[in-house]
Amino acid sequence: MDLPLGKWLFSSLGKKLVVAITGIILVSFVVGHLLGNLTFFFGPDLINAYALKLHALGPLLWVIRLALLATVVLHIGFTMLVWKENQAARPQKYAVNAPIQTTIFARTMRLTGLIVLAFIAFHLAHFTLHLINPSYATLHTDLDGQQVHDVYRMVVLGFSNPFVSGFYILSLALVAFHLSHGIGSLFQTLGLSSQTLRPVYEATGRIVAWALFAGYAAIPVSVLFFGLGKGVRP
Amino acid sequence: MNFTLRVWRQNGPAEPGRFEEYPALDIPADASFLEMLDIVNEGLIHKGVEPVQFDHDCREGICGTCSLTIDGVPHGPGRGTTCQLYMRKFQDRDVITIEPFRAAPFPVVRDLAVDRRAFDRIIQSGGFISERTGSAPDANATPIPKPTADFAMDAAACIGCAACAAACPNSSAMLFVSAKIGHLGLLPQGIAEKNRRVLNLVRTMDEEGFGNCSNYYACEAVCPAGIPASFIARMNREYTAASVKEAIGATL
Repeated sequence: MDLPLGKWLFSSLGKKLVVAITGIILVSFVVGHLLGNLTFFFGPDLINAYALKLHALGPLLWVIRLALLATVVLHIGFTMLVWKENQAARPQKYAVNAPIQTTIFARTMRLTGLIVLAFIAFHLAHFTLHLINPSYATLHTDLDGQQVHDVYRMVVLGFSNPFVSGFYILSLALVAFHLSHGIGSLFQTLGLSSQTLRPVYEATGRIVAWALFAGYAAIPVSVLFFGLGKGVRP
Repeated sequence: MNFTLRVWRQNGPAEPGRFEEYPALDIPADASFLEMLDIVNEGLIHKGVEPVQFDHDCREGICGTCSLTIDGVPHGPGRGTTCQLYMRKFQDRDVITIEPFRAAPFPVVRDLAVDRRAFDRIIQSGGFISERTGSAPDANATPIPKPTADFAMDAAACIGCAACAAACPNSSAMLFVSAKIGHLGLLPQGIAEKNRRVLNLVRTMDEEGFGNCSNYYACEAVCPAGIPASFIARMNREYTAASVKEAIGATL
């Protein structure tokens, strides 16, 4: 490696640090995305205005989207590099498999991560690209005299399908699983942990992970079980 | 006490291995695990069977030579070294599976004995202080704050047994390497070389083919010296700092 920090970047610790830093970016996105989503509970006008504002960012929105895509690629790519080495380091597994100290959250990181990736693809096809249900693209409403895309109605229609809602809630639980290990663990990788801080990070990470789950899952749950947005259904 | 042992037998590094079952009969409850194996080996010798090879030396928990993964746990259920594990820890008529420490950098020499020289090569790449320190100095000659001395001592307790790498599902040696970095890098005699040391130790660890930490913390759970995984966090920041210093040419 001729890059000045190339040796560092592709060392065991450097690769893990890339995963941790991209993880922080992705967690920040998940928090921001939830705050935007919660406008759903304040009625159609607010979430439609929020969507309009986001789209008004124009080229900046694309910069953010591509940066997020690059972050996801780095997060998964470096995890795969690390995983490949880990597989090579333990060619012969123990006949007796006795998980020591670890948690279910930690042991399922790759599995939950890859299922969440599939969920993200579905979610984008569903609500962003309208590929699953092309009629979503034609939903429009009046916002202060302006014709805008009716995001509110799209969300209500989408989550009125119990299978779609079920898949979202299940996927969100897997996100929470992933973050239950990820958030607490990244401080160790960043080197910002100590014996006294580790339990604090781990507990906080789990609380944040499941608080995010509660916030996100509240939307399909309130549509499906509490009839939120019933008036707008066709 | 009576047990059934499922023991990994392997004739050499390149040979395929297999499990063999041996009865372990009339074992005193106060026999150590290694003494139990001695008794079983005596019986095998009398029967004309090649005895089971396993690593051992001091048998008092300080040298780090004994190994063995017992029922999937390096050093077994005692949370100490295998030599300090006593058969009273098991139930009568237990079936006990004994495997060698598993990791690509630790090839099996024979049966349960593995070659752990990868750890020696890591130490040779920087796990020392170059300066000649002479004979033991007066305890008050180099003032070291008590918390620092205690913290360094926590890391210095490492006996290099390699249970950490054997317990880690990724065969990561990071608890071992971070313990050396913590032990030497915290004390005045070792601080001068700390950047070079962390860079060399981590690079050698990677070259030897050890895996990467997934923060499972299995290592600290099996460490007979009770070294906490927080030393790995400390190594992570030391390594990044040293890499930045190296990139701008500020390391010695």
